[in-house]
Amino acid sequence: MPPTLLVKTARGGAAHPLVELTLARLREIFREPEALFWAFIFPILMSVAMAVAFPSSGDAPVRVGVRQGDGAEALRTALAAVKTVTPHLVPAVDEARALRDGDVDIVVVPGDPPKYRFDPSRADSRAARLVLDDALKRAAGRSDPWTAQEEHVALPGSRYVDWLIPGLVAMGIIGTSIWGIAFSIVQARMRKLLKRMVASPMRRSHYLLAQMFARLMFLLPEVAIPLLFGRYVIGMPFRGSLLALAVVSLLGALSCGAIGLLAASRTKTFEAISGLINLILLPMWIASGVFFSASRFPAPLQPIVQALPLTALVDALRAVVLEGAPLSVIRGELAILVAWGIVPFVIALKIFRWR
Amino acid sequence: MSETAFRSEGLVKRYGDVVAVDHLSLSVRRGECFGLLGPNGAGKTTTIEILEGLLAPDEGLVEVLGLQWATHEPELRQRLGIQLQETQLADKLTVEETLKLFRSFYHRGREVSELLQLVELESKRTSWVSKLSGGQKQRLSVACALAGAPDLLFLDEPTTGLDPQSRRQLWGILERFRSDGGTILLTTHYMDEAEVLCDRVGIMNQGKVIALDTPKSLISSLGAPKVVTHHGTLEDVFMSLTGRHLRED
Repeated sequence: MPPTLLVKTARGGAAHPLVELTLARLREIFREPEALFWAFIFPILMSVAMAVAFPSSGDAPVRVGVRQGDGAEALRTALAAVKTVTPHLVPAVDEARALRDGDVDIVVVPGDPPKYRFDPSRADSRAARLVLDDALKRAAGRSDPWTAQEEHVALPGSRYVDWLIPGLVAMGIIGTSIWGIAFSIVQARMRKLLKRMVASPMRRSHYLLAQMFARLMFLLPEVAIPLLFGRYVIGMPFRGSLLALAVVSLLGALSCGAIGLLAASRTKTFEAISGLINLILLPMWIASGVFFSASRFPAPLQPIVQALPLTALVDALRAVVLEGAPLSVIRGELAILVAWGIVPFVIALKIFRWR
Repeated sequence: MSETAFRSEGLVKRYGDVVAVDHLSLSVRRGECFGLLGPNGAGKTTTIEILEGLLAPDEGLVEVLGLQWATHEPELRQRLGIQLQETQLADKLTVEETLKLFRSFYHRGREVSELLQLVELESKRTSWVSKLSGGQKQRLSVACALAGAPDLLFLDEPTTGLDPQSRRQLWGILERFRSDGGTILLTTHYMDEAEVLCDRVGIMNQGKVIALDTPKSLISSLGAPKVVTHHGTLEDVFMSLTGRHLRED
């Protein structure tokens, strides 16, 4: 065998095992483009979609359906001249559907006097009624005793999309933590790679730490990109300190990583881990206040809802980003996250199947 | 230190009602290449995994390099090279990255560049594992087992599923390891592999070693004219001992 001409390096050309394990995991992630999509592109796409679909509705003209028939065209023309109203002709048979689907907020039937058709339980429709009534009466020549002065005040952070973005970031943190860590472990177990590594002198703590480190490398862009996009493209305010943001994000990632670890500790197939992760995540997508306030759930469910890790993370992120809350204010949420980090981690270590 | 590379006494492993390993006793000297030959289900993998410290026996004693798994696991793992059956290495790492990963676990061992030379994978250094042929993957696997310059190699079915040329290439690597003073335990259901590589062969069936000797002695112990089979001589030995074929084809 030819003698080696190279200088003998420590560890034969390899780096420290923790470094090698982390590098290996990072390479796997970067060489699998789908994972990158979910971590980065998805939050941006969601933000854009939300911003487009939910513009600040205060400014948008009220959509009025004018029932087709005698006098409809004249009424439509009159309303078209009013800035706060957008009229559409609607056939009588289509009225109910148009109202129900939200194509129009209210229907006006031409006549003397006209008739309004709407569902008073819908806030949009009630507001539409007022605007429409005002527009029609003005067009008929009503004069007001006085006209109030109007001063429009912009309150950044009160739009739905502003409220939504920190929720999406939280959703992303927990999703990446759980999917990324649990999937990679189950895959290694299925390939018998876990067993092979455990047959070597590899330290198990190194393996687990490497999974966490690799995941944490993504935390910075994963949190920064949607928040920067929100701040500079959508106009969402950012009022909190970077330190508080870092602490909350880190804690969220670590805790949810521990949950992912627990989910993967004995699971042996893709089907099982996918099912388990969905079982964990989907209820939280719904109940944790990402898309609508968690307080909408009835009182008996609130203790459960508030104890969920995603609820805590969402609340903490919203408080930091939108209200500039310092860590002391969100210590309850942080405590919940810490508990969700420690308990699953300890259990996972006990029951983890390495071989 | 002792001349014994590893030994077991009265090893038993049960899975429910099935006795996978049935009071197996074995002793292998340093520098020896020992083969466990037998059909699928004979208990070869269970036996080797117990010896590798990956499985706890129900009864019996295991000593590797004079040490016990219960008390000296970290030290033993540094001195052993292990190749498992059907391990798939990480698809999207390159050959070199995989070797560096495994090499990093050992305090002492070969340079990664040397390992590549040893198993003739220098040309595939930057190829992804998923792009390797079966033979190349097995060579990489053996290279990972050799990364820590082990005293002892445990190989579970090292050439199953490989074409004849790849098998011979792998045998060459193992013979070089042997001639450098290393000890090998391998399991196989190929009698040609056992005949070529092994100093002694233990024929296993249903959890027991039913014959143990050098390949030559085992064959000559048959005495009378050999039954001519398509598979060759140790196959005949197995056949005569058990009335069954070594391989189910």
